Amino acid sequence: MKDQLLRNARLIDPEAGTDTRGWLRIAGGEIVEMGEGGAEGGMDCHGMCLAPGIVDVGVKVGEPGERHKEGFRSAGRAAAAGGVTTMVTRPDTLTPIDTPEVLEFVTRRAHDRTPIRVRPMAALTRAREGREMTEIGFLMDAGAVAFSDGDAVCADTRVLSRCMTYARGLGALIVGHPQDPGLSRGAAVTGGKFAALRGLPSAPPMAERMGLERDLALVEMTGVAYHADQISTAVALPALARAKASGLNVTAGVSIHHLTLNELDVGDFRTFFKLKPPLRSEEDRLAMVEAVGDGTIDIICSMHTPQDEESKRLPFEAAASGAVGLETMLPAAMRLYHAGHLSLPQLFRAMSLNPARRFGLPGGRLVKGAPADLVLFDPDAPFILDRSTLRSKSKNTPFDLTRMEGRVHHTWVGGETVFSEEGAA
Amino acid sequence: MSFRQQHLLGIAPLHPDEIRTILDLADSYAEAERADRAHGRALEGLTQINMFFEASTRTQASFEIAGKRLGADVMNMAMQASSIKKGETLIDTAMTLNAMHPDLLVVRHPHSGAVDLLAQKVTGAVLNAGDGRHEHPTQALLDALTIRRKKGRLHRLNIAICGDIAHSRVARSNIHLLGKMENRIRLVGPATLMPSAAREWGVEVYDDMREGLEGCDVVMMLRLQRERMDGAFIPSEREYYHRFGLDAEKLAYAKDDAIVMHPGPMNRGVEIDGLLADDINRSVIQEQVEMGVAVRMAAMDLLARNLRALRKKEGVMV
Repeated sequence: MKDQLLRNARLIDPEAGTDTRGWLRIAGGEIVEMGEGGAEGGMDCHGMCLAPGIVDVGVKVGEPGERHKEGFRSAGRAAAAGGVTTMVTRPDTLTPIDTPEVLEFVTRRAHDRTPIRVRPMAALTRAREGREMTEIGFLMDAGAVAFSDGDAVCADTRVLSRCMTYARGLGALIVGHPQDPGLSRGAAVTGGKFAALRGLPSAPPMAERMGLERDLALVEMTGVAYHADQISTAVALPALARAKASGLNVTAGVSIHHLTLNELDVGDFRTFFKLKPPLRSEEDRLAMVEAVGDGTIDIICSMHTPQDEESKRLPFEAAASGAVGLETMLPAAMRLYHAGHLSLPQLFRAMSLNPARRFGLPGGRLVKGAPADLVLFDPDAPFILDRSTLRSKSKNTPFDLTRMEGRVHHTWVGGETVFSEEGAA
Repeated sequence: MSFRQQHLLGIAPLHPDEIRTILDLADSYAEAERADRAHGRALEGLTQINMFFEASTRTQASFEIAGKRLGADVMNMAMQASSIKKGETLIDTAMTLNAMHPDLLVVRHPHSGAVDLLAQKVTGAVLNAGDGRHEHPTQALLDALTIRRKKGRLHRLNIAICGDIAHSRVARSNIHLLGKMENRIRLVGPATLMPSAAREWGVEVYDDMREGLEGCDVVMMLRLQRERMDGAFIPSEREYYHRFGLDAEKLAYAKDDAIVMHPGPMNRGVEIDGLLADDINRSVIQEQVEMGVAVRMAAMDLLARNLRALRKKEGVMV
């Protein structure tokens, strides 16, 4: 593998919390040396930011079953162009990833189709039906990094407690979707005056807190390692902070969309803004940003959910939920940086370091010996997003025709270029 | 001779000397049986009723043979098909039965504590043949006799009890008995099949079979019931066998002369490898069945002696 020197860069080190001018040397797929100030030779980064590649938790790839929405090749290209070097994929496929055999198929497809690192999650219960646990031991042996039924919340607490107990015995991480299944059934938007005015069925923010409190009680009982996939409401935060303060093995995530958009963006029933959980109030959004800043929320993810035109061109209530995000996560995150809410090291702590740590992956760090999974980007470069240029097969972005700042210039995985601004390598 | 109990409801109420008394007498019955000697007629003139509120073939047969070898009049009542179905309460059933003056009542019931309740309402001696998840004293006694005969002692042994601890009355009785005899007990099984408070029982708890078996003298496997296999407590038979099924590779972590026990009936290929179960150098499963009859003879003999002594004192004719 090539020995490369990257000089004249702003090194964003999320672990040390620093943003310094310097250089970095890659050899054998790893970071071998780095330093402050100038250096001779190699590639001139022109003062752009060099950060550990994004570890995106909860990426939906439509394999198996929905390759017309997204395959590993297209998802990998979108990831590379967005500075994402590891995708932790979701098991809510058709069929669900609930046996070692399906997991092996997914791992093999990912390996054959994309140079981006793919680490799959597996279903917690068979067919994600909340009745019988999956073969957690065999699935871990096959490479599952966590277990989740996604938005199919397990309503039976006895089943869930047994799954958690069994998972704890194996040291497995469970990813929950904190949402009371009864209160949020059929919801399309968040509760509040705007939803009421439009006559849409809504999920009250309290349903999220109830779901979270329930899960945290079971975590306290079983001792399992637990990650809440997305927190989106201010009312849920005190419960999360309390659980962390009491020493439970708990972390939480938030999607980039819930940090940068709010319920008003739904406008006149724009289905590309229909998400799960729904976009919340501006107060909730600001509370999420603050929670990332103070570490109550650990991880920012794109919650990349490709949906084809047919599933979005429907009345709001009937339309599918979710938005693509692999390619737009970094420029969207730059909004928080430019607004002065979060620093670049804070952002990469939540997008790279924390997810790598939580899911037991080696990336996310800018230190000697870490894998050379890197992204070089210009945080100030302006552009208007044209969704037709997205590399995902599905173009369901809420940022279409939006002014954004922050462009990825180069992405490396294990020292190999997987994207450069001239196009995918 | 030291055995003061009126009933055999569990191991928990027994003094270590009482356990030794039963085992010594059982040992002599086992030897007599092997030598084809007559056993005497210790239960002559007594009526033994086997009341099984839960299906059983092996235990019921073992009690029946034990009673008949000692001359008792034995009667089996399949309670599942009887008055229970007609809505009679357990206490009413017990009172009705008591009116027929049975001397020995062998009872199995699916509810923990039900045999104790029944014992309060009858005048004969009651033997617990298994109550819910609570106790199965004759199983623990036959296991103890088998160990003592194979290992030459019943103290300071490392004994691993493996599998579904949570639902097992066999495990609970064995924990009482082996603990009273001062052995080191390890419980091995997936966390879903381990009572969360097990660590407070004075035992060691493992969810890794190899760690749990390290250096053991005795490996006791428990039966995993079919209804527990499919996703509710463990994901599947194959994952269970992979992690907790006893095979030669896992057994290699125990001592070279470790014995393998199983209360039966076995699920070959689920909790135990079929070849290992049949290995006469390691498996003592057949001997356990043999000792079962001897232990039940001894227990009923001792209870009958106490019953006769009590009736004599009270001036009741037997």
